[in-house]
Amino acid sequence: MTALVATMRHARYVVSENPVTGLSFGLFLLIVLAALFGPFLVPHDPLASNTTMALQPPSAQFWFGTDQLGRDIFSRVVVATRLDFGIAVASVVLVFCMGGLAGVAAGFFGGWTDRIVGRIADTIMAFPLFVLAMGIVAALGNTVQNIVIATAIVNFPLYARVARAEANVRREAGFVEAARLSGNGEWRILVFQILPNVIPILVVQMSLTMGYAILNAAGLSFIGLGVRPPTPEWGIMVAEGAAFIVSGEWWIAFFPGLALMIAVFCFNLLGDGLRDIVDPRRRT
Amino acid sequence: MTATLDPTTAATVHAAPPAETPLLDVAELRKRFPVSGTIGPLGRLRRRMKGGPVHLPHVHAVDDVSFTIGKGETVGLVGESGCGKSTLVRVLTRLLDPSGGIVRLGGRELSLTPAKRFAKDPDRGRIQMVFQDAGESINPRFTAFAAIADPLRRLRGLRGAALTARVERAADQCGLPRALLTRFPHQLSGGQRARVGIARAVAVEPDLLVLDEPTAALDVSVQVVILQLLERLKAELGMSYLFVSHDLGVVRLICDRVLVMYLGRIVEQGPARAVFANPLHPYTRALVDAAPSLHDRGAGRIRLQGEPRSPIDPDPNVCRFYGRCPKGTDRCRTEMPALRRFGVRDVACHFAEETAAR
Repeated sequence: MTALVATMRHARYVVSENPVTGLSFGLFLLIVLAALFGPFLVPHDPLASNTTMALQPPSAQFWFGTDQLGRDIFSRVVVATRLDFGIAVASVVLVFCMGGLAGVAAGFFGGWTDRIVGRIADTIMAFPLFVLAMGIVAALGNTVQNIVIATAIVNFPLYARVARAEANVRREAGFVEAARLSGNGEWRILVFQILPNVIPILVVQMSLTMGYAILNAAGLSFIGLGVRPPTPEWGIMVAEGAAFIVSGEWWIAFFPGLALMIAVFCFNLLGDGLRDIVDPRRRT
Repeated sequence: MTATLDPTTAATVHAAPPAETPLLDVAELRKRFPVSGTIGPLGRLRRRMKGGPVHLPHVHAVDDVSFTIGKGETVGLVGESGCGKSTLVRVLTRLLDPSGGIVRLGGRELSLTPAKRFAKDPDRGRIQMVFQDAGESINPRFTAFAAIADPLRRLRGLRGAALTARVERAADQCGLPRALLTRFPHQLSGGQRARVGIARAVAVEPDLLVLDEPTAALDVSVQVVILQLLERLKAELGMSYLFVSHDLGVVRLICDRVLVMYLGRIVEQGPARAVFANPLHPYTRALVDAAPSLHDRGAGRIRLQGEPRSPIDPDPNVCRFYGRCPKGTDRCRTEMPALRRFGVRDVACHFAEETAAR
C-alpha cells in the first residue's frame, strides 16, 4: 500500500518534471478514452453513406470532411481507434509474455534453452519483417486475430533479445547467489529476482513496439490484408484516400494518417516516461 | 589498518579453544573448471564421435584442500586475487559442486547433495554468506525489508506478523534503523548496505557464516564498526566464521586460525598469531612483509616478482610457488611439497625446518 502511494507520488513528480512526458500521458489517455467510448460519442454513424454529401471538405458539420461515399471522416477516425489500439495492445501483450519469458529463460539458464530461443529469433530476423507479417496473415487467414499473431511473431526477436541480454548480465549477480543461499530454486529466482529487473526495460520496449504494432496493423490493412472495408480502420482509410489526393481531396487520407502519426508519436514518448516511473533507481 | 577493536572482546576470542568435534570438516576438496567450455554440447558430441581427446585442459581452482572449523571459531582465509578463495567459498556454501573431496557440516556430508537441489535442503540455512559487495548482493528491486525477509520466508517458513517481528529483530541486532527497512539499496549508504547483507545472513541463525571480504568495499571508519558488529553477533548467536580477506591486519585481529592459500592449495595454516609472527612458508613471509611498516625500511624483506604459475593443468610434481619463490631449488621442481605438521601448524615447504631454525 505504501509502495503504491510512493509510486503515485513518484509518477506525479516525473510528469511535472518533464512536460513532454505529461503530454504523452495526456495523449495516451485520449486514445484510451476514444477506444473505450468513441462509438458512443461520435456525431455521425461511421458506416452510413450519404452520396449527396460525398467528398465534402472539413466544415462545422463534418469536422474532418467526408469521403467518396459521404461518410463522416471524424466519426470513422474516432471509431477506428478501438480496433487499431486493440490490435496493438493485444499483440504487444502477447509478445511481451512470449518473448519476455523465452528471453529471460534463455539468458538465465543458457545452454540449450539459449540456443533454441536464439535460433528462433535469428530465423524470424532473417525475413523482411513486414513481408513475414504479410505471409503469416495470408497463410493463416484474413482475420483480426491473425493480424495480432503476425504482429506478435514479427516483434518476438526484439523482446527475446532484450530480455536475454538483461537476464544474462544478472545471471552471475551477487543477489542471485544470495537468493540461492536463501533457499530459492532456479525458477523462483528467475521469476522473483531476475524478472522484476527485466520488466522495466521490457515495458519501454512495449511502448516503443506499440507504435510499430499500430503501423504494422495499418500497413497490412493498407495493402488489403487484415481488416476489410467498410470497417473503419486507419490503414484502409489512408489507402482509400490516397486515390483522391491528386484531385485535391487531401482530407480523406490526411486525418486518419494524422491519427496514426499521433498514436505512434505518443507511444514512443510514453516509453521514456514509463521507464522513469518504473525504475526505482530514478527515484529520489 | 591501524584501528583497533575493543581489546576485551578480541582477547576472549583468541582465548577460545577449538571445539572437539569440528563444525565444518573439509577433506581433499578439489574444484576444476574445463577451459574449453566454449565448445558447447555439439562440439563435445563431435569430439566423442571422432574419438578425439577426452581430456580437456582444466583450471585447478581448488586443489586438495583440507581443513576444519570448530564451533565458535573464526578462521581466516588469505591469499592473492585468483588463488581460488572465491571458488573455495562457493563450494563450501554449496553454490558450486566440488570435483572431488568431502564437505561435512556437523557430521553430515553436504557434498552428496548436488548444488542445484541444495537450495531446498533443510540444512541450507546452516551455512550463510555475507558478500563482498553488499550493494550488488541486494536485488535493486527489493527493499531492505524484502531482502532480509526472503531467507526467513523460504528457509524458516515465517509469514505475516512473525516475519515482520523477526526482520525487525535482525535489523536491531545489526544496528540498522527500522525506518530504513522500506528503502531500496540505492537509497542506503555503504555501511547500511553492509548491515542489510549481514542481517539477511544472520536472520536465519546459521552455524557457519562465510564472510567474503565483508569490509573491502567500505572506508576505514565504517570497517571498524562493521568488524565490531561481527564480533558481537558471533558472541550473541554462537556462530563460526570463515573470514576471507586481503587485509592481514584485520585477519590478525579477529581470527583464531588462518589458512594461507596459493594457486588453489593451502600452503600454511595454524594459529593466526604464530603464523603472522613467524611465517614458515616463503609466500606467507612475502604476504606479511608486503604490509608497510614504519620501523624497517624494507631490508631483508621478501618481495614477490612476476606472475603466479598457470593454474591450467599444473605439473603435480612442481611446487606451485616455484619460480616466484626466493628459495626455489631443483628439489622444488621435481617434488611437490606436502602439507606437513609443524608444531601447532601445517606448512607445505621443503625448507620449513630450515626457516624455523633460523
